[in-house]
Amino acid sequence: MFKYIMKRLLLGLLILFGVSIIIYFLVRNMPADYIDTQTAAQVSQGKLTREQVENMKALYGIGDNSFTGILKNYFTWLGNLLKGDLGISFVYGRPVADVINQYMWISFGISFTALIFEVIIAIPLGIYAATNQYGVADYTVTVLAMMGISLPSFFLSALLLRVFSLKLGWFPLLGLRDATQMLSGFPAFLDMLHHLVLPMTTLVLLSVGGLMRYTRTNMLEVLNSDYIRTARAKGLSEKTVIYKHAFRNTLIPLVTLLGGTIPSLFGGAMITESVYALEGIGYTAYKAVLQADVPFVMGYNMFIAVLTVLGILISDLLYMVVDPRVKLR
Amino acid sequence: MSENKKVPDTIDELEEESLSDSVKVLSPGRLVLRRFFRSRLSIVGLSILIFLFAFCYIGPLFVEYTDTTTFAIPREIKMVTEEHFTGADGKVYTYYDVSKNLAYDKAPPSKEHWLGTDPNGMDVFTRLMYGGQVSLKISFIVVLLEALLGVIFGGIAGYFGKWVDMLIMRIVDIFYCLPGLPLLLIASQIIRAIPSIHPNERLYWLMGILTFFSWSGTARLVRGQILSLREQEFMIAAEATGLKARTKIIKHLIPNVMPQLIVSMTLGLGQIILYEATLSYLGLGVPFPYAAWGSMISAADPSKGSEILSFYPNLWVAPGILIVAAVLGFNFVGDGLRDAFDPKMKK
Repeated sequence: MFKYIMKRLLLGLLILFGVSIIIYFLVRNMPADYIDTQTAAQVSQGKLTREQVENMKALYGIGDNSFTGILKNYFTWLGNLLKGDLGISFVYGRPVADVINQYMWISFGISFTALIFEVIIAIPLGIYAATNQYGVADYTVTVLAMMGISLPSFFLSALLLRVFSLKLGWFPLLGLRDATQMLSGFPAFLDMLHHLVLPMTTLVLLSVGGLMRYTRTNMLEVLNSDYIRTARAKGLSEKTVIYKHAFRNTLIPLVTLLGGTIPSLFGGAMITESVYALEGIGYTAYKAVLQADVPFVMGYNMFIAVLTVLGILISDLLYMVVDPRVKLR
Repeated sequence: MSENKKVPDTIDELEEESLSDSVKVLSPGRLVLRRFFRSRLSIVGLSILIFLFAFCYIGPLFVEYTDTTTFAIPREIKMVTEEHFTGADGKVYTYYDVSKNLAYDKAPPSKEHWLGTDPNGMDVFTRLMYGGQVSLKISFIVVLLEALLGVIFGGIAGYFGKWVDMLIMRIVDIFYCLPGLPLLLIASQIIRAIPSIHPNERLYWLMGILTFFSWSGTARLVRGQILSLREQEFMIAAEATGLKARTKIIKHLIPNVMPQLIVSMTLGLGQIILYEATLSYLGLGVPFPYAAWGSMISAADPSKGSEILSFYPNLWVAPGILIVAAVLGFNFVGDGLRDAFDPKMKK
């Protein structure tokens, strides 16, 4: 067990090394240049010479844009990373880890609440659809689930904003808090919740379909197995068969699915957050890409990659925990 | 099989009927098709797709202008300005000034322009057709490229095993763990900024990066399939007959991977359409003035002001519905195909 985890972690490190090289080269080739945009005015006024700007770039660690230059900078970055230092964000002027930590929790709050709602809605509906296979309810649930999967987040957000914010005026249009009032304590929290209703609805609607379909497929598989026939043959009530015998085994694949949600849980929803202008980690990262905040974009992408690797490992381990038949090698 | 069952009238007739008449032999392909068309949802999906293809590729033949033709359609805008002032008697008076202004963009829906025109005076309905061409073209080419890469890498890894498998699968793992959307954003920005790439060629580069970031899933699928197929009896037979590795892979393994591959490709088509729409929405897709569904919706982006979002739904609702329809169509067909290919699914 311990050996297995160690092996997987080492493999994960190897994967992350490859991931970081690809990301670093992409990030360094971003067209916008933070130093150029910041110093453009001074350069045109003649207060700074080109040479000074180049020196500044070298100081920031983005001076040499040739292949070898980037490679050298990459190893500097990697060395700092191994010391636990992700660098200092250009835009925020603070350590990248701090910035991620600051904006991550709001995204986590939104995604976690949305996840709870998804589970509450999707699992009962999925089971209901499976027990009524090919019935009206099954078709309705399947079609609705597919619609949810097929919706682009920005379109759904636009529709929700148009109806509930602009037409009915129930919810505010953008942002996380009301700018016209100074609130603190509990009223501020309520105000934030009010702002978060539409984004959360968007997230739930987008991903509830996938979970619902997953539950339905698994339930159908379980319901077709022999031990369910045995349970029915014993004369158990349909309720006991489904909720006591079948449901437990449906949970096996669902538990492992949770590992896959880890990256989106902590990494935020880039598009949804941007549409609603929520100061979460996703929106912050989107802005950072536009401003070419190299250390932050690097830090953010590596953060997501680490979460992905961990997510896969955790779901494999969970699979073994919930299903003793599975042996890991 | 029950469709052409004739009810025999007499005993004689029944006896005359030989076995080959009463049992119709169906090829596996026919069986799959039959199972596919039995499902209502796959027929719905197929109809949606046929409609979309007709709309995007035949539709433009009936319109004599293109997606970039601009129209100046005058329309009156009533401008009411009001001003408050305190009169000599101390009361507050309100002064209204009603004037008319002419605008030439965002024409309302009319007989000539079914969905009106957009802020640049281009016909929205026509742009829907051309935008659809972009989405469909990109998704099909990307999915084919993905399948090609997936079959090559997954096939080699699965067939040869050992260190080859090890090496290829680690590369696949790396690609699998790359954060998709953030890197797509960065990559399409890079492509936009390279001066030697003509805006019209950007489409092909876009296909390239979409493939680059999404081929790993297909490779995993193919490898997994080939690993399990390799152990089966027919492959041992192929081994025993002394076939070349190439023949074994191309003639015996790949055809057996096809069902799963086709299903995942169909479902992938919808996914690529969503990615393409997202990139266009962020202004990183097909360049202006060419149409794309995603960029048409971006007119309603609330951060650009809520005017279009609230007053001109004719500009952005239709492209959204078409995206949903396209993805839904591919998902329905993909699901239908999966059930049709799966022999366990015999109802």
